[in-house]
Amino acid sequence: MAVILDAIVQLGEMLVVLVLAPLLAGYVRTLKARLLGRRGPPLVQPYRDLLRLLRKEVVLAHGASWVFRVAPYLVFATTWVAAALVPTFATGLLFNYAADMIAIVALLGSARFMLALAGLDVGTSFGGIGSSREMMIASLAEPAMLMVVFTLSLLAGSTQLSSIAAFMQGPDVGLRVSLALALVALVMVAIAENARIPVDNPATHLELTMVHEAMILEYSGRHLALIEAASYVKLLLYVSVIACAFAPWGIAVSGQGFAAYLLGLAAYVAKLAAGGFLLAVFETSIAKMRVFRVPDFLGAALMLGLLATLLLFVSRVT
Amino acid sequence: MVLEGLLWGIAALLGTGAAAVAMARRRTATALVYGISLCVTTVALLAAGASLVAPASLGGTLTLPVGLPWLGAHFRLDPLAAFFLVVVNLGGAAASLFGLGYGRHEESPGRVLPFFPAFLAGMNLVLLAADAFTFLFAWEFMSLSSWALVMAHHRRPGNAAAGYLYLLMASFGTLALVLAFGLLAGPSGGYAFEVIRQAPPPAAVAAAVLVLALIGAGSKAGLVPLHVWLPLAHPAAPSHVSALMSGVMTKVAVYGFVRIVFDLLGPPDWWWGAVVPLLGGVTAVMGVLYALMEHDLKRLLAYHTVENIGIIFIGLGLALAFEANAMPAAAALALTAALLHVFNHSVFKSLLFFGAGAVLGATGERDMERLGGLVHRMPLTAFAFLVGCAAISALPPFNGFVSEWLTFQAILLSPALPQWLLKFLIPAVGALLALSAALAAACFVKAFGITFLGRARTQVAREAVETDRWSLAAMFPLAALCLLAGILPGYFIDALAPVIHALTGANLPRQNELDWLTIVPIAQSRSSYNGLLLFLFIALAAGLGAEVIHRWASAASRRAAPWDCGFPDASPITQYTAGSFSQPIRRVFGTVVFRAREEVDIPAPGDARAARLHVQLRDVPWDALYLPTARLVSYVAERLNRMQFLTIRGYLTLVFGALVTLLMVLSIWQ
Repeated sequence: MAVILDAIVQLGEMLVVLVLAPLLAGYVRTLKARLLGRRGPPLVQPYRDLLRLLRKEVVLAHGASWVFRVAPYLVFATTWVAAALVPTFATGLLFNYAADMIAIVALLGSARFMLALAGLDVGTSFGGIGSSREMMIASLAEPAMLMVVFTLSLLAGSTQLSSIAAFMQGPDVGLRVSLALALVALVMVAIAENARIPVDNPATHLELTMVHEAMILEYSGRHLALIEAASYVKLLLYVSVIACAFAPWGIAVSGQGFAAYLLGLAAYVAKLAAGGFLLAVFETSIAKMRVFRVPDFLGAALMLGLLATLLLFVSRVT
Repeated sequence: MVLEGLLWGIAALLGTGAAAVAMARRRTATALVYGISLCVTTVALLAAGASLVAPASLGGTLTLPVGLPWLGAHFRLDPLAAFFLVVVNLGGAAASLFGLGYGRHEESPGRVLPFFPAFLAGMNLVLLAADAFTFLFAWEFMSLSSWALVMAHHRRPGNAAAGYLYLLMASFGTLALVLAFGLLAGPSGGYAFEVIRQAPPPAAVAAAVLVLALIGAGSKAGLVPLHVWLPLAHPAAPSHVSALMSGVMTKVAVYGFVRIVFDLLGPPDWWWGAVVPLLGGVTAVMGVLYALMEHDLKRLLAYHTVENIGIIFIGLGLALAFEANAMPAAAALALTAALLHVFNHSVFKSLLFFGAGAVLGATGERDMERLGGLVHRMPLTAFAFLVGCAAISALPPFNGFVSEWLTFQAILLSPALPQWLLKFLIPAVGALLALSAALAAACFVKAFGITFLGRARTQVAREAVETDRWSLAAMFPLAALCLLAGILPGYFIDALAPVIHALTGANLPRQNELDWLTIVPIAQSRSSYNGLLLFLFIALAAGLGAEVIHRWASAASRRAAPWDCGFPDASPITQYTAGSFSQPIRRVFGTVVFRAREEVDIPAPGDARAARLHVQLRDVPWDALYLPTARLVSYVAERLNRMQFLTIRGYLTLVFGALVTLLMVLSIWQ
């Protein structure tokens, strides 16, 4: 019986992730528009976009192979699975143990791998430019992310996000320099990985500086819908990881009962709102940087991550 | 007895090689040689695998009255040897199967057929040897037979130089190993491993042996800066031999290192655990950066072997660090990670070289800049190659990820080490490992994307046809193994248990009894990974998504010209090339690592000349280490050359001087 309940909660989490992801994207979009003095689209615009795209036919370029057609499904599935394994409103879910934080980072790597290949598949120069730059960004962002994972897991003695969340709520966390550095590094990685300003611009087309959008330029219809959905889920995933590791307050522990889950859900939505707000403010207050400044930005993230790990050994808990 | 059977198998391989000399001109020779190799290696694979799973048959020893008269040739089958026998014979069987198809296009079978079984025999013999003489003899036999295979196409430009460099480095490595065994044997000269094991050398000698083993085994495996021969020699051989050299022979080198350092050398010192992981980390990052700069498909793969050897040495070094500090469980984890990566790398590297061989066979091209679009012409090869690419890039749910994940878990145990240097160094090595893993993904997006995707860049790529059935039969089981070892890693880890136990005295918890076949290296609350569930979830989510969308939303599609922001160009040369794909990474890392210089040459207005971009990359170890050495050697040789033209008085003085010096040395010695 307990297993069935756990399975239901796990399933519920997967659905919550999927349902909330476009809302978060729409929320950030609206908020950015307001901050710029525009009215902006309604909150539900991303849902409408997805539905519209799903109903449209796919226009495949001549020369697109099966890789191009399979990639959106795999990208979406991989990203979704990765997001479902991050504790959002409750920790210790049925399948949380199937992947620790390193595996989640690697799952996102799998999604990126497929997408970068799809970018090269049609054989256009924009696809190539997107894939090439995406892999360059990833080659720095992924190690930076792993250094953040190192810091957290050396502190908590575990690479499981559930254990990390439990540790961060516990009494022996303390205020550490390492954690601050790791948080900064993680935010920088999240910005780069989600193709946000200043690394990339999610709202742009027809720009020589675009990265993610260039890679998926040839996509249309349901394929594009899946890729868009995957990128929404990815944004949600990163906010969830930050919330779970650095602000685990209110998160329910598996088996605590319905009330705790509801409270966890409310706390989670509040955290998403706060995260989205901060992202919108940050994005409107900064200019996009040139592509070849991005390595400096991510190199800094990598160094911060490494420093956070090393400082663990010399810093003292206050 | 398994051991005797294996030795008979080696004898059969050697006999086949000898027979192939006589009948290489016959048409049936190719099928016969590869067929026999396939049978022998398959049987050896099964025997070694069975003895690893049921360790009762292990531990047999055998002494044959050949070799040095007072020593004989000792052979022993222990768990370590059995594991590496599995790796070697799996690669050997796959290469033989591939050779059945690929070998038919060989223009000079007489240069390949005799040496192929001999090479396999040599590698098997290294693993079974249980005394220093037999080991070195087999090692040298392996080197020379593979050298002969590298020289099979010696008329092609560059191959002769590659063979020369290989011979030089192989001799240098063997020299280091001879010295290492000499030190191990000590003044009493006990060359049997059994004798060496019982009398571990003192600390200073052990340190010297470690360095010599790193040079000897490292030069064969491709540790930076001893890697220079590898990317030249491995691709020069026929593709199935490249697969053997890159996927398997480098593992024999790893075996040599493990045998000497973990088995014969006695308890390690803690600083070994600093030197070896650091070397491994630097090797991993340098290897993948070299690979990224490469646009020759086979050479890219060979450079990438350097990266994986680095990852394996990181694991081995961590095991040394933990063992030196009496942390056997952690050492077991690190060693498991390293050995699992040995197995995994041999599988996917063989697969990738077969894929490159199939492309080479179909198009005659190794240069990625002249390929493209092969996914349409060679769909099956493309699929297998893609699986190999995903596996080698350490992407879940494939096998490469499991061993890298275990390495990361071992790295995360490093704060428990008491030495401050290790506490700081090992997380930094972890950063290098993370960097190399991320760069590897970029490298294989490039390798697959430029070769197989996009539009064909040349006529040969446009007209390529799918490779033969034998080659596909060799590739697909390996691809399946990549997935299988990724989703069911518990069984593979458990199969390693006797090896790990013999070397570290500890074991990982048994994995295959856990729920849902999860792997848990230490404790569930600490870390766990379940490739099977991830695979099922991904498959389910993707399948469900496709089903739902196709049924409820839209399943319509049509073909049209690419959009490309409104300016699609019909010419395939406007695509991204291998060089342009890696340009951002070259910008980021190249200026430091390769001292890259880019020059844009734009003609003046009115000048109809094409604009050009010149890129210059330097190989820093080559410039800093090898060129000065070569210059020194030729300088000394020139000086010594004069001694050939002395007068008779001069020679007499020289002999007299030498005699006096030797007598003086002798008198001081006593």
